[in-house]
Amino acid sequence: MRINQRLLKSIEFFILILIFPGVVSAAPKIEHWVTDKGARVYFIETHALPVVDIKMVFNAASAREPSEKQGLAMLTSDMLLEGSGELDSKAVAEGFEDRGAEVGTSSLRDMAIVSLRSLSDEEYLEPVVGLLAKVIADPRFPAKNLAREKARSLQSLDYSLQQPATVGKRKLYELLYNGHPYANHPSGTHASIQSISRADIVDFYQQFYVASNMVIALVGDLSLAQAKQLANRLTSPLKEGKPAVALPDLAAIKGGEQRIKFPSTQTHIMTAYLGTKRDDPRYLALKVGNYSLGGGGFQSRLMDEIRDKRGLSYGAYSYFQPMQQTGTFIAALATKNKKLEEALTVSNEVIDKFLKTGPTEKELTLAKKNITGGFPLTIDSNKKLVSTLASIGFYSLPVDYLETYIDRVNTLDRKTVTDALQSVLGSEKRVTVIVGAGAKKQ
Amino acid sequence: MTVQSLKRVTKIFVIGLISLQASITAASESTGVTEAVLDNGMKILVKQDHRAPVVVAQVWYRIGSSYEPDGITGVSHVLEHMMFKGTKRHGKGEFNRIIAENGGRDNAFTGRDYTSYFQTLEKSRLPISMELESDRMRGMLLDEEEFAKELQVVIEERRLRTEDKAESKVYEKFNEAAFPGHPYGRPVIGWMRDLKKLRVADLQKWYQRYYSPANAILVVVGDVEPDEVIAMAKKYYGPIKSSSVEVPKKFKVARQTATKRITVKAPANLPYMILGFHVPAVADNPEHDWEPYALELLSAILDGGSAARFADQLIRGQQVATAVSTSYDPFARLAGYFLIDGNPARETGIVQLEKAILEQLKQLKEKPVSNNELQRVKAQVIAANVYERDSVFYQGMKLGLMETTLNDWRLTEGHTNKLRAVTAEQIMAVAKKYFLPENMTVAVLDPQPIATEKTATKPVSKEQQNAN
Repeated sequence: MRINQRLLKSIEFFILILIFPGVVSAAPKIEHWVTDKGARVYFIETHALPVVDIKMVFNAASAREPSEKQGLAMLTSDMLLEGSGELDSKAVAEGFEDRGAEVGTSSLRDMAIVSLRSLSDEEYLEPVVGLLAKVIADPRFPAKNLAREKARSLQSLDYSLQQPATVGKRKLYELLYNGHPYANHPSGTHASIQSISRADIVDFYQQFYVASNMVIALVGDLSLAQAKQLANRLTSPLKEGKPAVALPDLAAIKGGEQRIKFPSTQTHIMTAYLGTKRDDPRYLALKVGNYSLGGGGFQSRLMDEIRDKRGLSYGAYSYFQPMQQTGTFIAALATKNKKLEEALTVSNEVIDKFLKTGPTEKELTLAKKNITGGFPLTIDSNKKLVSTLASIGFYSLPVDYLETYIDRVNTLDRKTVTDALQSVLGSEKRVTVIVGAGAKKQ
Repeated sequence: MTVQSLKRVTKIFVIGLISLQASITAASESTGVTEAVLDNGMKILVKQDHRAPVVVAQVWYRIGSSYEPDGITGVSHVLEHMMFKGTKRHGKGEFNRIIAENGGRDNAFTGRDYTSYFQTLEKSRLPISMELESDRMRGMLLDEEEFAKELQVVIEERRLRTEDKAESKVYEKFNEAAFPGHPYGRPVIGWMRDLKKLRVADLQKWYQRYYSPANAILVVVGDVEPDEVIAMAKKYYGPIKSSSVEVPKKFKVARQTATKRITVKAPANLPYMILGFHVPAVADNPEHDWEPYALELLSAILDGGSAARFADQLIRGQQVATAVSTSYDPFARLAGYFLIDGNPARETGIVQLEKAILEQLKQLKEKPVSNNELQRVKAQVIAANVYERDSVFYQGMKLGLMETTLNDWRLTEGHTNKLRAVTAEQIMAVAKKYFLPENMTVAVLDPQPIATEKTATKPVSKEQQNAN
């Protein structure tokens, strides 16, 4: 979440293409139960490695903050590990790291996540789970630390605003979600961050960091009995509270194009529509359909027309980002400034043509082969499994989601996919944001 | 440890000239890695991981930007892009399509010391990867027209990653200053001026010269049986004829005599600095072979987590940095470098941040790290060694990297133990020996204002808007 996603690495390398969202799924057996305090738990038992992965997901991200306090959810998430009871921030960090555990917090629009990875041996796991339970149930939120974290958040925001792609993406969300909580920028604005007080954080925490507003995903070297005990340890100190209310529906958007002049050698083009909710039954058809448009790397039309045929951009891709409320569909590329108009025209033509007819039979077959054939790859590590479980839990997908995944992909035909694409995107208005030195005033 | 470079020279030379009688196979008990060498000199490493029905196959070539002479910088990386553009047997784009059809993921990456191609697949589809990958080891067409287009793609990639990213620019300029006349002074993606003049003939030469079985390593990790993999590798890669690969000279870094300082101006909101010291890597054959490992632990003492000194003292305590981190790679082919980079807090600025960092280094020279700190970083090392087994790809990456840059994948085996053996005195010793003003290079970003101008949102006409 912070600036320290450094670009710098002593092992530096350049990869052929950027990979965009993979399949979210898994086939092992999922155990599901609700703790005494009302937290929903999802568990996969696997003893291949002496490791336990935990994700506690709260419905406590930026969709839950008032717009004048944008950034509140992320700051609350950042502040969780800043001290608990008699422990200060350093003591908390030592408590995890002395035992080789990795702990982290993050927060975007829907999910506020606390994650822990630890060795499963009791000597390691016991103390770090105890510490995690204590830290999450009783954070101190020291005012002095908050002042420092606010200063860091402002710097982090400044950093992200020196990237043209981030500037564009922020504008895109403003245009798509005008007046809706999803218009909040998870990383806030300068004014909103400055206005956040300790009382705001405490209130936000008390309302949303409660057992009935969370999901726990657990993967690893635990028996079912141990997993149940662990989940209870994590949730019993929390207040039961209430689940967050449903987010408001989206109003129709206006659509349009906005150009932002920025001192860069490339101009970024982002084209977006309102998409759909994560639990929309059409989502799988949309995902499979998007493979041929811009989700399938070199097998997609955007990549083929923009990169392969014309050498206009390093990347050209599209994806659906479904959320608890209506999410987005975004297509993006970046080209040298003087090629902006050509790239924009090609990109729009590709999208329009695709939405008119959907994928060809050949394209759809390839998409289905890739997605079903690649299914084992999406569940081949504990890390992937725990993220998948967190999504299944947070978005209340069925527990047999993974077992039925391949079959559900295979039953999709051209008509279903094309209808899904057209019903979601066909009547929606398009928003285009263009950022770069090529974005002259028109 | 000490004969690393010698070993490397001999091995490649011999393999290039004489074809070995038979494959040599040896399995290592402790790591579960099986090693074999084909008659044409290609090395095969197989590691079993039966957690999921998945396999990753990586082919590593000993070629990367540090092999490139001035004038054609970036050629290794452009060639990597062109490797997807068709052979006599498989036309343009077919490689990606076949892998995609089989549910696979494929990609490639280029670094200073290596170029690597990989496919991740459901385990029964390993032969598909071998068929395609062995075909393009020798069979690339390198078409002129395709090259012209792909070069534009790479130039766009450079714009995206470097030209428009202020901190990447600083990193590039920092390397140029810290490694004058040395291959590590050149960017992996190449200088823009060289890219623009690159010709397909440059790639052709590069390809002929370095894409040879004797210069390649196949790493396979996953739900596989080593004997079957080696037999399969023999079938697909065995028939490829090797050409002798010239071993590049081993460059030494010019001895530095005073602190170097550079400033880079670029549009940005945040100041940024990089500060670095020449230190040994394993390949440098340092006076004491524990030095690289002591440096690796030292790096963790400073930046191994939220309890480490930088987070505790520079970010939280003194609040002179909003982000600060260290970076050190003990396994580079040509030279070691210890790097610190960060953004200063607004109130204090760059000068204060540098002072605070140097004060941290001074403390390391004057006082041994506490037992608590040492135990913590060692606990992290042990845990990390377990966690990394969660990724099939990463396990392959580590083997490939070590074998490619140092001719010795077994270094992965001893790595954790080497780190566990490091003492507080050794950490102090490397700090004293290498963190010296005359050994330091500093690069600072001088942010130039970003003035963004917005147009009013322009409504789009119905026809433009909706093609339906």
